[in-house]
Amino acid sequence: MTRFLAKRIGQALVVVALVTVIVFLLLHTVPGGPARGILGPQATAAAIAAFNHEHGFDRSLPEQYWMYVSGLLHGDLGASYTLNQSVSSLIEQRIPKTLVLTGLSTLVALLVAIPLGVWQGRRRKGLTDYFITTLVFIGYATPVFFLALILVIVFAEKIPILPVQAPQAETLAGLFADSRGLVLPILAGAIASVAVFSRYMRSAVLDNLAEDYVRTARAKGASERRVVWLHIMRNSLTPIVAMLGYQLPVLFSGALVIESVFNYPGMGLLFWNAAQTSDYPILLGAVLVIAVATVIGSLIADILQAFIDPRVRGAIK
Amino acid sequence: MTASVPSPVVAAQPAPVVGPYRRMVRLFFANRLAVTGLVLLALLLLFCFVGPLVHPTDQIHTQLADANLAPGVKGHPLGTDDVGRDVLGRLMVGGQTSLEIGIAAGLLATLIGTVWGAVAGYTGGWLDAIMMRVVDAGIAIPALFLLLVSATIFRPTVTTQILIIGCVSWLVPARLVRAEALSLRSRDFVQAMMAMGGSHRRAVFRHIIPNAIGTVVVNATFQVADAILLVAYVSFLGLGVAPPATDWGAMLSNGISYTYDGYWWLIFPAGIAIILVVSAFNCIGDGLRDSFEVRLQGR
Repeated sequence: MTRFLAKRIGQALVVVALVTVIVFLLLHTVPGGPARGILGPQATAAAIAAFNHEHGFDRSLPEQYWMYVSGLLHGDLGASYTLNQSVSSLIEQRIPKTLVLTGLSTLVALLVAIPLGVWQGRRRKGLTDYFITTLVFIGYATPVFFLALILVIVFAEKIPILPVQAPQAETLAGLFADSRGLVLPILAGAIASVAVFSRYMRSAVLDNLAEDYVRTARAKGASERRVVWLHIMRNSLTPIVAMLGYQLPVLFSGALVIESVFNYPGMGLLFWNAAQTSDYPILLGAVLVIAVATVIGSLIADILQAFIDPRVRGAIK
Repeated sequence: MTASVPSPVVAAQPAPVVGPYRRMVRLFFANRLAVTGLVLLALLLLFCFVGPLVHPTDQIHTQLADANLAPGVKGHPLGTDDVGRDVLGRLMVGGQTSLEIGIAAGLLATLIGTVWGAVAGYTGGWLDAIMMRVVDAGIAIPALFLLLVSATIFRPTVTTQILIIGCVSWLVPARLVRAEALSLRSRDFVQAMMAMGGSHRRAVFRHIIPNAIGTVVVNATFQVADAILLVAYVSFLGLGVAPPATDWGAMLSNGISYTYDGYWWLIFPAGIAIILVVSAFNCIGDGLRDSFEVRLQGR
């Protein structure tokens, strides 16, 4: 287990380092560079040259990369061009809200998708299985923004019971105080995920149904309930944990769209607004933070998986 | 997603001997889901590329006097948008953009991913380790975020969209093909070819990739489906191709301001078109997977 941990964490560190290289290179393809962004389009060539010299942007690429990384290690992600604030403080304010949104909608999705997948797997090729499969297929092909719009039309326009606008509070407590405004954004995210999760669960259950331990349990006269919940369910959860790790980028992309539809004040909305104003420090800072979050998330998923399932531990060693 | 429509049970009487390709084609067409997908895709292609000949409309000039007409009024079967352009005609033109970008980007991504994965898996060792860590790093950055950043740097046109989406979404095929290449490189026919003095290049392009073609083709269809969704997302977020050009995501984004006016024809046709085309590609992918995966046949 220790060797597995060391190897896996080492890999994650290499990946994070590569991500910083990618983001750094992107920063360098930005038209005009930081000087244009801060001094504005009317700055003279001399002013830009002075600015670049002062901030070290005229040094060699490796030197600049080193400056960039040592800044990162001190929590310095640069300053926003338009919001007059440091990128790290902006992200710090926004990220808990995005985590609340993705966390809650993933939780809701899992609570629906796991029983749904078990149900479908056990009644494979039945009428309900076909029906749900068709729904899931359509759900999988539906863009999140279209789903969100349908929810708005149904629950805010036709039957006006829920607000369209997400709560605009600064703090998390304020967010929950206006919890009715959270329903539609969370629902939109959850429905999008159910389509993917239940599919995984269904095939995991199908795989498990054919396993020897299930047949043994049945032969020993274990009740169907015991077989399903103790043997099939528990063993099907391992692939679900692994999948959650791989789904993280998808979840964050979904959050970006949902936040922009419902005006939910998270990282996604910050990013979207920055894209409209070409505020590169925010854009690239957010990309970096989200990528690191994804690496950490899939690291945790892998470790958890090795923890619950000894077979995985053996395979990765 | 696995196909749920039962593949045909192979008849018990001795079937005439058929080659693997004929067999695959036969299995594909016996899969109802796959055929549905193929028919749907053909209809959508006809609608977008032949439709404008049957239903010619002016999608360049605005007709403010005819803005937001309801379906059926003044000979506009699906009404008009907020500057008076015919929605049905716009759906065709927008579909051309969505399909062109989606298909080309999906194929480009598959091409890059296949070569990358085959080289990494075949070479092995430290080169493989480095190449796959690059893939991990790429996967950690959500494609949509990267696309939006690129859209602010390069002015979005059909060509740049194809190149950018192709360059950010080749990671999954790279992983899949690498896994295949790892097992293929130790197979006897590759070893034999090397013993006869064949080059590495020949091994990768004549043996590894052709033998992984099943995985590649199946994945390509899913790549196209995902690329079409990505294009829609980018356009919906306002960073797609510039007007008067449009695509389905941009049309929907345009209609969002009229949600409360009840102008459903500005929202639903484009949304449903996206669902149909993505489902069509996913159905085809499932059907192809069933006909390539000999192991699963009869399941």
